[in-house]
Amino acid sequence: MFLQQVVNGIVVGSVYALTALGATLVYGILRILDISNAAAYATGAYIAFFVYSATGNLLLSFAAGVVLTALLGLAVQRYLFAPLMEKPPLVSLIASIGLFICTQDLLRLVAGPQIQNFHAGGVLPNIYLERINLTVYGSWVIVLLVTAALLAFLYLLLNHSAIGLAWRATAQDLETTQAMGINTNRVIALNFLLGYGFAAAAGIMVGIMYKYVFPTMGDVPAYKMLAVIVLGGLGNPLGTVLAAMIIGLAETLIGGYIGFFLPRDALAFVILILILLWRPQGLLGRRQAN
Amino acid sequence: MYEQVVAVNAGIFMLLAMSLNIITGFAGQPNLGHAAFFGIGAYTSALLVAKAKAGFWLALPAAGLVAGLTGMLLGLISVRVREDFLAVTTIGINFVLVAVFQYVPFFGASLGLVVPPATVFGRRLDTGGFLILLLVLNILVYLLCLRVRFSWLGLALGGIRNDEQATASLGYNVNRFKVFAFTIGTFIAGLAGSVYAHFMGFIMSTDFSFPVSVSIMAMAVLGGLGTISGPLLGAAILTLAPEIFRFVADYRMLVYGGLLVLMMRFLPQGLLGENSPLANLLERRRPGPAGRVAPGGGNRG
Repeated sequence: MFLQQVVNGIVVGSVYALTALGATLVYGILRILDISNAAAYATGAYIAFFVYSATGNLLLSFAAGVVLTALLGLAVQRYLFAPLMEKPPLVSLIASIGLFICTQDLLRLVAGPQIQNFHAGGVLPNIYLERINLTVYGSWVIVLLVTAALLAFLYLLLNHSAIGLAWRATAQDLETTQAMGINTNRVIALNFLLGYGFAAAAGIMVGIMYKYVFPTMGDVPAYKMLAVIVLGGLGNPLGTVLAAMIIGLAETLIGGYIGFFLPRDALAFVILILILLWRPQGLLGRRQAN
Repeated sequence: MYEQVVAVNAGIFMLLAMSLNIITGFAGQPNLGHAAFFGIGAYTSALLVAKAKAGFWLALPAAGLVAGLTGMLLGLISVRVREDFLAVTTIGINFVLVAVFQYVPFFGASLGLVVPPATVFGRRLDTGGFLILLLVLNILVYLLCLRVRFSWLGLALGGIRNDEQATASLGYNVNRFKVFAFTIGTFIAGLAGSVYAHFMGFIMSTDFSFPVSVSIMAMAVLGGLGTISGPLLGAAILTLAPEIFRFVADYRMLVYGGLLVLMMRFLPQGLLGENSPLANLLERRRPGPAGRVAPGGGNRG
């Protein structure tokens, strides 16, 4: 039972990590909190759902959901955030909240408010391991494999490629990097492309895992995404993955064993507020100069 | 009668938008959980009258005080946690609070709370009475905003908004002013919550959820953060629009969200902010002395 809860927590944490990584990357460079990144979660799931309904090809629908949503992220960067760069951070923050709320309502209008069944499971069978009393769901394996692959891809990209070097340089000092002749606009565009794509992948996998999609499915992940990236120290990809796992595990374990008087979804914010009071810069964040 | 109910709703949101403006507009501190303090006021007042049998006129200031004290705590947090961290913390507070209202039986849990009506001299306060009360409260808060904005306090708050470190280097106690802005702003939200609870006669957790915070922010932003009259105008427009245009009522979040995006993109200073077309028009119409404008402040009300 304990093992079951732990694996469950890691699966949940993986989804949080994927959703939050995009906003973390964006924050790492632009120092703006892009809440609308979470809109990519539901948008991706819906695109995949529509493509799957039309073609019945799971791989194609996954790819379409991720790629189209990533392109959407590019458009958001170009037409909304780029012109706001010179303004105070509060302006971008409010705009991104507006975009998030707006996208949600748009999904409701386009696809209808009802829950739609997304029957794409059954790719991998569920296996019950009797000796260690653990049920391994096929959808879990997919989530874990895809998350691991995407994280490995991100790690290699950031640490072992030219554009990754440019990313790290831009994250340290945007203006100096620009002065060195690096096209920082490309780095920023890559950020949004990856960020929205990752969140879309998370949304699609959750849709497949629970077998349905609905317009406000991005709500809870969005707010948890915020808790996760703040806990991880805003802009620190490694911290974000760590914080996502901590919150995923804390939710399943505290919910399963100790019990808490509040619902599971409020727990992330309780943890967040407590940790922020103790370490205002997040778990792995560097202390800001005062 | 219907018009009066709409007017009461507008009056409540005017109070909320003005109070948020003190925190986010004057002091520049992001607060995306303002509905939480609205809720604290509403629940405090409802519980005081329903369970402790206190009168409405005692519960009203008490609701403000409890909300204000909680807001003071948030202000103290804001001293430690800044900008984006603070924005997320306020969202978190909103969520945790709604969860508490929804799951703790003392607060009526998912059934909500029935709120006894407000009385004045033994008679039940009717919609007209609420309108007069709201008018008085709005005028008081408006005068307070004027006073805050065009005093040394307003200048200090504006300094914090524009450049916190420079303001601190001039010898201002930045932290004290921030806490002050949070306390005043949330106190007013608490008052608004009390009026809301007794006017509606029934409250539940979702009345104070995150989308309500976003709506309040949309109102303040539409009119102009940091202006005096902007939040009033924004609240009036956004509470009346759904009554006049049916489609706004159906697509409320689409309109509010879209408005936030468009305003931030094209007119971040708001309808009545500095150099906005509307503000310039009003300025040209009234070629009097610009004495009301604070030196160095810049934002016109």
